[in-house]
Amino acid sequence: MRSYVPAYEMRTPATLAETLVTLAREPGIWRPFAGGTDLMVLLEAGKLAHRRFLNIWKLPELRCVAVAKDSVTLGALATYTEIQSHPILSAEFPLLCRAAAETGSVATQNRGTLGGNIANASPAADSPPALAVYDASLELISAAGSRWVSYDGFHTGYKKMLMRPDELIARIRLPRDKNNWIQYYAKVGTRRAQAISKVCLAAAAQVEAGTIRDVRIAFGSVAPTVVRAKTVEAALRGQHLNANVIAASRAALERDITPIDDIRSTARYRLRIAQNLLAEFLKTLPA
Amino acid sequence: MPDAPAKIEIECIVNGAPRRFRAWPMDRLLDVLRRELALTGTKEGCGEGECGACSVLLDGALVNSCLVPAAQAAGSVIRTIEGLALAGEKLAAVQQAFLDCGGAQCGICTPGMILAATVLLEKHPQPSETEIRAGLSGNLCRCTGYTKIFDAVVRACQSTGAAR
Amino acid sequence: MPSQRQKLVGQSVPRKEGRDKVTGRARYTDDLTFPAMLHGATVRSEVPRGIIRKIEFGPGIPWDEFTVVTARDIPGENCVLLIEHDQPLLADGKVNHPEEAIVLLAHPDPYLLEEARRAVRILIDPLPPIFTLEDSLAGEEIIWGKDNIFKSYSVNKGDVEAAFAREDCVVVEGEYRTGAQEQLYIEPQAMISIANPDDGVTVWGSLQCPYYVQKALIAIFNLPAEKIRVVQAETGGGFGGKEEYPSMIAGHAALLALKSGRPVKIVYDRAEDMAATTKRHPSRTRHRTAVTRDGKLLAMDIDFALDGGAYATLSSVVLSRGTIHAAGPYFCPNVRIRSRVAATNLPPHGAFRGFGAPQSIFALERQMDSVAQAIGLSPEEFRRRNFIKQEETTATGQIIHEAVNMDRLLDRALRESDYAAKRERFARENPTARLKRGIGFATFFHGAGFTGSGESYLASLVDAAATPEGRVRILAASTEIGQGTNTVFAQIAAEALAIDYDQIEIAQPDTAAVPNSGPTVASRTSMVVGKLVETAALALKHELTSAGLLAPNYSSEDFARACREFIATRGPLRSRAQYQAPPGLHWDDATYSGDAYGAYAWAVYVAEVTVDTATFETHVDDFVAVQEVGKVIHPVFAAGQIEGGVAQSIGFALTENVVWHNGRMANGQMTNYIMPTSADLPRIRIFFEETPYPFGPDGAKGIGELPLDGGAPAILSAIENATGISVREIPATPERLMQAFDAAESAAAHEREPARPRA
Repeated sequence: MRSYVPAYEMRTPATLAETLVTLAREPGIWRPFAGGTDLMVLLEAGKLAHRRFLNIWKLPELRCVAVAKDSVTLGALATYTEIQSHPILSAEFPLLCRAAAETGSVATQNRGTLGGNIANASPAADSPPALAVYDASLELISAAGSRWVSYDGFHTGYKKMLMRPDELIARIRLPRDKNNWIQYYAKVGTRRAQAISKVCLAAAAQVEAGTIRDVRIAFGSVAPTVVRAKTVEAALRGQHLNANVIAASRAALERDITPIDDIRSTARYRLRIAQNLLAEFLKTLPA
Repeated sequence: MPDAPAKIEIECIVNGAPRRFRAWPMDRLLDVLRRELALTGTKEGCGEGECGACSVLLDGALVNSCLVPAAQAAGSVIRTIEGLALAGEKLAAVQQAFLDCGGAQCGICTPGMILAATVLLEKHPQPSETEIRAGLSGNLCRCTGYTKIFDAVVRACQSTGAAR
Repeated sequence: MPSQRQKLVGQSVPRKEGRDKVTGRARYTDDLTFPAMLHGATVRSEVPRGIIRKIEFGPGIPWDEFTVVTARDIPGENCVLLIEHDQPLLADGKVNHPEEAIVLLAHPDPYLLEEARRAVRILIDPLPPIFTLEDSLAGEEIIWGKDNIFKSYSVNKGDVEAAFAREDCVVVEGEYRTGAQEQLYIEPQAMISIANPDDGVTVWGSLQCPYYVQKALIAIFNLPAEKIRVVQAETGGGFGGKEEYPSMIAGHAALLALKSGRPVKIVYDRAEDMAATTKRHPSRTRHRTAVTRDGKLLAMDIDFALDGGAYATLSSVVLSRGTIHAAGPYFCPNVRIRSRVAATNLPPHGAFRGFGAPQSIFALERQMDSVAQAIGLSPEEFRRRNFIKQEETTATGQIIHEAVNMDRLLDRALRESDYAAKRERFARENPTARLKRGIGFATFFHGAGFTGSGESYLASLVDAAATPEGRVRILAASTEIGQGTNTVFAQIAAEALAIDYDQIEIAQPDTAAVPNSGPTVASRTSMVVGKLVETAALALKHELTSAGLLAPNYSSEDFARACREFIATRGPLRSRAQYQAPPGLHWDDATYSGDAYGAYAWAVYVAEVTVDTATFETHVDDFVAVQEVGKVIHPVFAAGQIEGGVAQSIGFALTENVVWHNGRMANGQMTNYIMPTSADLPRIRIFFEETPYPFGPDGAKGIGELPLDGGAPAILSAIENATGISVREIPATPERLMQAFDAAESAAAHEREPARPRA
């Protein structure tokens, strides 16, 4: 049952500066609106409680992709289509490109943005595990200035994040430091396309002479937020891969994730698949 | 009764012609096209961006018009199914292929599917089966099982060659 | 007939309304507007069962601007008439399922209408609801009739108890379940009505059966048929979901139209459509099968039960078809089928393509695999030893007179799918693979047309009329819903008349203009009504010939000229054909025995799957559908019907799960009710054989529902081949498959013997 559309307001600020001034002047009253692929679904379902939006879709400062020696920085409005077609991103950040390709469909990918995905903070979002693995950091800007925060820990609970109401996600920075890591992405959804994930794993490991020097393991859909499996990571660092290590990792995972029953799947299934995907990832690493 | 902010005036290009209309800012582009512009070829199937029956081209990109607020259509270039046929009632290659190959049964998904197929062929003039599946995966069809839709896409790229 | 004329039947001619569909010009119900039109909405129960205490209209809404309708506004009977009189159009005093309609609202502003709908509060004192078949059959809480049973049947052939008592047989038991399935036509339910006391009621809508809607409206408005007009608009899919439900939404729109004095349009959004309208009946089938040690069926004892939801609607007929198909395309000398459909406090279940047969055939085919295993025969060899042959009798005692040859269909299906080589290869490769592959098949049949004397009872009519321009118009109540009705009728008529395809017009189904050809259901449209089209067309030609206006070897233009001349000199030229039952068909309703259907289509489907043992996801990699259908009238459309039906059966088998919370569909969004996308399906490979049915047009049998029967059992058989696990409940979601794996592993550990994958 649709929300009462006439009660909703959308203004299109002419500039980024105007956007930030408006957010600062009436914090919590205005919210940014990018591609709308999440917010419009809520509107149609009668669940969009917030009423006043600032259309940021065409702000150029939020769109560009900048490639520096040590990092790639994407504007928050980078769409999934743009992410998949960027040569450096495809070459060096395959997990993010895989996530983008698995999100929705062509039409959703043309309008869905990375910043919007982060701000919407669905626990089942496909990109956050990739961002977590890549040690992403976010630039939050406001009329008062800008600050960079680590993406790790940015989400503090279901739909809660370390961002003030007057702030806007401006850019996402990805260090170019995992090129020689072995990378893995697997999404188990309700079907092969246009699927909300039941379990999503992004992982990467740096292996030298059979020893795991460093590892990142991040899951979606098995906790109220994207979650780094830090118990598992800690247990794996410095290890030589063998069947016992894999078994121990599976067991350790139960401490890091809290899957639930919902209309799409069960806690038991999610836990098992998360463990299975973790094992599959570890099997790709040289022993 | 809830607060009622004002309707806004929106100008955009639709199927090659400048159009102007009034709408609520968060009116769906889908409703604006169907109601204000009487372009009923674009359909509502789900209202949640899953079925693709509402697909249109917005600034050249395939989008679900049920998820685009009217305010964001301002200044944009939009193409709907009505704008696809060529001059003088000649069907576009994709439309003719759908007719020849049985790609349309009940027809409700067909406008969106044809638009999706059109942009797919623009991006991949000779698409592989995998590319066809991926390109159309956002358009649900309950009647055909997609087999004859694939046939239509293959036929369209054969007949298109260089000319479109 | 002119010798150069190409045969049209058997050709893939252009879809009659195809151009409109590919250009966006086809007008579906929501594309239509009328001056001063209001939008209508339905306020529904949130409680599964209870007594309505109070209806409150909340503050903040200008209620004086609204048209409000309740049961008290119904001029005639508060009933959606179909078979029983139990379903109210609007709940009056009590509710029996979540989403039951209670109050109707209309207003010019669709947004304000939604606000108003949210503002109506209905206070209901709850009564204890029943949500499962088991609870209903246990009979502790009675929610319908005396014992919750809408209908039951008993089929008895031979003596099953004597057969089971034999010492030389092996007895195998099994229980199988299927879940509810949502039709998910991409165009939601929609209806527009204009109604006033002088002219009566007119509705335009998305529907399959204009005369069903008319019958229901006659009772609701207490008006004669001449005052109730039902017009079908272009319809975006039906699959049975628009067989009976449109009567409900038409009644609602018409009541609002009558009270407001203005046209009223009701269009459901997807969430409302999914939650409130009918679905496929969930089923539970219990099989007990006796077979000789060399693999001959001795006895089948089948308990077939359906969950009907809160009201009877079509449950008795769904049960009937499921019952009659429950013993399949086999010869078995002793068969007992006891079937029941019971009430629960879910929204009523209804027609969905296949109509009971997908449920009973799923159970049967899985049971046949189980029996084969028990006696050490391959699934295909077991079938071969038991396929029904010409002159043998079915479970209802019908003698199959046609030259049925299931062996040949099986041969072809196994050959086209490379079955033997794949079985062998998968058996070799699977033990060490994460992705296990399997191939399996199902063999089945589907009766076309109404059961028994149903077609005689319908006594369907089709008219053919010449137009002043010299074209021929076919007037039938059969609706085009994507399956090709318009095209097939035009092909049949044009060929019968030996004129151009473009000379034929198909009249829009409008009860004011077309006779009652019966409903567009039961795979009867081409076979039964198409035959009447042919008869009516031939009668028209006969009139012209008798009038001396048609010379032999006439051209299409000559025919047109003859029509124009007839009309100019003699007046209207119109002919009528009425259904005549083929000779020799006898059905006994009392004993539920005899000739159930005039024609059966026969089929073998083969599915090849990959099961990912890390995620328990199943993907269908290849699908071969072989069927004998009498005559293929339109090759592209016939293949399209099978492809679409197979796609729906793949969803039925693997992903289309209805999640129920307190009797309400909790996953009523396309995001959460999972139908296959183009990425989920293989190319479906279709093969037709033709053994002409003498009473169908050019020998054609009905095929619309056939494909829903074979997909799920073939896929589950393939999953078993891949993994050794027999899943007996669908949809075989990954969660369910994982549970089955775990159960098998713990059973095996219990036995202290490793489970061996079955070849």
